[in-house]
Amino acid sequence: MSEEFSRPVAGHVPVLRLGDVLLVTLQGDLHDSTAHRLQQDLSETIARSGVGGVVIDISGVEIVDSFLGRVLAEIAAQTELLAARTVVAGMRPAVAITLVELGLTLPGLRTALTTEAAMELLAQPVVSSRSGGRREESP
Amino acid sequence: MPEHEAAGSPGTPTHAVRDFLRRRREQIAQRWADEPLFRTVFTVSRDEAVEAGKVVVDALAQVADAQRVEDPDAAGFTGVREQLARMGAARSRAGLSTTQVSSELAALLPPVDNLLVADLEGETPERLRECTTTLSVLLGTLRLVAMQTALSEVQALIDRQRLQLLEVATPVIKLWDGIVAVPLIGTLDSARSQGVMETLLNAVVDQHARFAILDITGVPTVDSLVAQHLMKTVAAARLMGAECVVSGIRPAIAQTIVHLGLDLGTVKTRASLADALGYCLHELGANIVNVTPDGAGHR
Repeated sequence: MSEEFSRPVAGHVPVLRLGDVLLVTLQGDLHDSTAHRLQQDLSETIARSGVGGVVIDISGVEIVDSFLGRVLAEIAAQTELLAARTVVAGMRPAVAITLVELGLTLPGLRTALTTEAAMELLAQPVVSSRSGGRREESP
Repeated sequence: MPEHEAAGSPGTPTHAVRDFLRRRREQIAQRWADEPLFRTVFTVSRDEAVEAGKVVVDALAQVADAQRVEDPDAAGFTGVREQLARMGAARSRAGLSTTQVSSELAALLPPVDNLLVADLEGETPERLRECTTTLSVLLGTLRLVAMQTALSEVQALIDRQRLQLLEVATPVIKLWDGIVAVPLIGTLDSARSQGVMETLLNAVVDQHARFAILDITGVPTVDSLVAQHLMKTVAAARLMGAECVVSGIRPAIAQTIVHLGLDLGTVKTRASLADALGYCLHELGANIVNVTPDGAGHR
């Protein structure tokens, strides 16, 4: 554990907070350890700050595999449990085609064309059946 | 085979033919210049036809020198391929079928054959027969090379046209701010569906489109493969943050889809392109309002 922290933060994905939303920008390859760390960081930050939404910008990701698809689905499920909504923004056409060809249509995932559109989507009131379960708490 | 044992010596029929071709180069080219194949292609001057004939004779001599009279891939033919293609193309343009061009090429043999027989006067009949056989094999190979070249030209043309057709057949139209549409016309196969998917998704990014409409009014039949491609496109568009609407499903196609047991439940469908556009506009918050006094509303 201590060894992990003493290493330089190569591959660390920063989680930025913008008001009621957490913004994560993925660039290039996502390694197993980085993905694991990101999932942990995200859930801890949501639990601590009680934000209502997470935007994952993947416009910088050009190559995708089933692993990234699974990570995205897992993050979405995780944040849902913590009463926050996840929006994946800026997926490239080639990436979308690859995911569909792999059979990963990610049905439960919210998507948006750009980060801006994702912010707008999160600004709208929740209309899903789970709306009653949304947490009302002060940050 | 005695020929092979003696390969390299001037005694083999192949080498005899080679030496004959080199010796009689001028005469062969002159005679060929009178044949319809050369005469009609090189119309500017007879000298031009003679020069072209000489190039072909040189190529034949080179192939004979390499002892590869039966091999259309022999290095000697490389230089004349372009010229043969030009000649073939010129004859095709003149309205001749491939068979006719082929027989015109075959007509190149008799004049050379006559020259060869005259040239080998005094040799044994056995030897003469061997040499003429070699010569006809060599010219047969030339014919094959010419046909190969013509075929590859045609193949290239087909490939080019197929690409053009792909581009022409899948235009992406911007219907409104944030709404793009692809009217699909003709039969969908895997390659085309892939192309449609790519152009549509790229248009979604370029135009910042929130809605994409796939109009299949012009698609005559829908089978399970096409339906699968439609669903893939819809899923990919959704992953990118756009909503995909399929419109123009005709009654017969709707029946087929139901009969095939295909579940298009995840796909939003509308009867016509107008309905799909109306739906998208409504979702975007832009309602179409009739200004007539009696009826105001949106679709």
